[in-house]
Amino acid sequence: MKIMVAIKRVVDYAVKIRVKSDKTGVETNNVKMSMNPFCEIALEEALKIKESGFASEVVSVSMGPTQCVDTLRTSLAMGADRAIHVDTKEMLYPLSVAKLLKALVDVEKPGILILGKQAIDDDCNQTGQMVAGLLNWPQGTFASKVVLDKEKNVATVDREVDGGIETLSLDLPVVLTTDLRLNQPRYATLPNIMKAKSKVIKKFTPQDLNVEIRSDLEVVEVTEPPKRKAGVLVSSVDELIDKLKNEARVI
Amino acid sequence: MATIPMLRAYKRRSTSTFRYLSTLILAEHEGGSLKAQTLNAIAAANYLGKESSISLLLAGSGPSLQEAAAHAASCHPSISKVLLAKSDKFTYPLAEPWAKLLQLVQKIGSYSHIISASGSFGKNILPRAAALLDVSPISDVIKISEPHLFVRPIYAGNALCTVRYVGSNPCMLSIRSTSFPMISMAADSKSNPAPIDEVDLSTIDEDGISKSRYIQQTTQESERPDLGNARVVITGGRALKSAENFKMVEQLAEKLGAAVGATRAAVDAGYVPNELQVGQTGKIVAPELYMAFGVSGAIQHLAGMRDSKVIVAVNKDADAPIFQVADYGLVGDLFEVIPELLEKMPEKK
Repeated sequence: MKIMVAIKRVVDYAVKIRVKSDKTGVETNNVKMSMNPFCEIALEEALKIKESGFASEVVSVSMGPTQCVDTLRTSLAMGADRAIHVDTKEMLYPLSVAKLLKALVDVEKPGILILGKQAIDDDCNQTGQMVAGLLNWPQGTFASKVVLDKEKNVATVDREVDGGIETLSLDLPVVLTTDLRLNQPRYATLPNIMKAKSKVIKKFTPQDLNVEIRSDLEVVEVTEPPKRKAGVLVSSVDELIDKLKNEARVI
Repeated sequence: MATIPMLRAYKRRSTSTFRYLSTLILAEHEGGSLKAQTLNAIAAANYLGKESSISLLLAGSGPSLQEAAAHAASCHPSISKVLLAKSDKFTYPLAEPWAKLLQLVQKIGSYSHIISASGSFGKNILPRAAALLDVSPISDVIKISEPHLFVRPIYAGNALCTVRYVGSNPCMLSIRSTSFPMISMAADSKSNPAPIDEVDLSTIDEDGISKSRYIQQTTQESERPDLGNARVVITGGRALKSAENFKMVEQLAEKLGAAVGATRAAVDAGYVPNELQVGQTGKIVAPELYMAFGVSGAIQHLAGMRDSKVIVAVNKDADAPIFQVADYGLVGDLFEVIPELLEKMPEKK
């Protein structure tokens, strides 16, 4: 069985972002870009499943401009067997990504598709659910534990939900999206980074996959959130309690 | 510029097409009444316009569903209809049948908007249903400016994005509960409750529904108020050093009638369960008072609490980023400050 992992290139999680002065978006030129942290977890899970003998191959896929190849190269260095890049300069919303992923699933026929639960740039938390809907596959979102049963062809998934942990049993093929606590992603070692250079990254365009990129959303503007007014440092617990009582009136 | 008149023409056309607004709310219920988040979604729906009609969709099985429907029908004067989907398929919040249900109900009702709260229930179901309906959903909306113009946070709340929905019906959104406070209404304040209609499920597309099964849910029982709706939230970070020490935070919460939150570091270290995590990937809270003890204030944590009314930070490190958002900061050892607060803070009101 094959596992497909979707990977997004985003502004590094530690970067303090800057909104462009013309309000068209967030500055991404000369900003450190990395693999979305949830995608790293997705890839790690796929690699673990392969190492357990359940899967034979891990294919990583990414969509977007040419630089996505760097992110895919990182995934190959972590241990993915090969990669697919869907090359497009167009703005991609989750609906388009889900359609492209569905088209790739139709080509590659994986038994498991793993994604991160959300990208840390658009914070949508949609793509996995959408591609599961398009494929009519069951979905195990916000997964914190995945146990696979080879004989029954079933995945038992623990999900992080509002009130605690929910456990589901899902028939394969399945779409999973990863929560932070699913695993601890590995680092790529230098030999593996070298090896990754000879691994194959196949290129597709949306046209090759017969997917029309159209959008029903329009970004009107991107602005900075309102700034909080400067706070004060208090010197003692008594002063803090006094301020909360008499100034802020919250206790 | 030829595009501008075209754009104007497009906008005119879209406003006339969407003049009649009808909203469907994906409701959550528990123990015979609507969950608080659903009331926030109703509050959000009211921002779409006075002319809009609001229907509530409740699904499930058993007597508590009927009770919840009665509650839904009389909970707010703006509710014009309650739709009831009675089936064992909806006993548990499985995305597969629920998304098909939304698709079916949309086919019958042709709503202009479908809204859910952006809790784990809505986040799981709404995008799947949106894909079935071939529309882009809009996540975690914090402001409704016009019926098709919304504001939502991106980059962990470090930027606000205004988006216009220019697609076909329905416009699907999940709303951030803390941004749409519900005006509380007594349950019996409405003299004539909205009609309750049962959804005809005979034509629901069953294909794929049986591929997922609910096994169990493990819940952390707690006497304290729900983290998402609490008036006061007290949060501890890694500096608490152990689950044992974290109990100090819990004691203080107890005294103030507050909910307890935690940073990712505290959760990962096993001091408290995951569902208490506040931040970009955990709960988003906006209480009147947020007190952070031993929390450094990483971008990802600030994303979950920066809209709190009053923020108090106690930290040993005077350079911790949390002090940049705090209204009141106290540089000090939390192992001395918390006991002193426990002693001197007034009891909860």
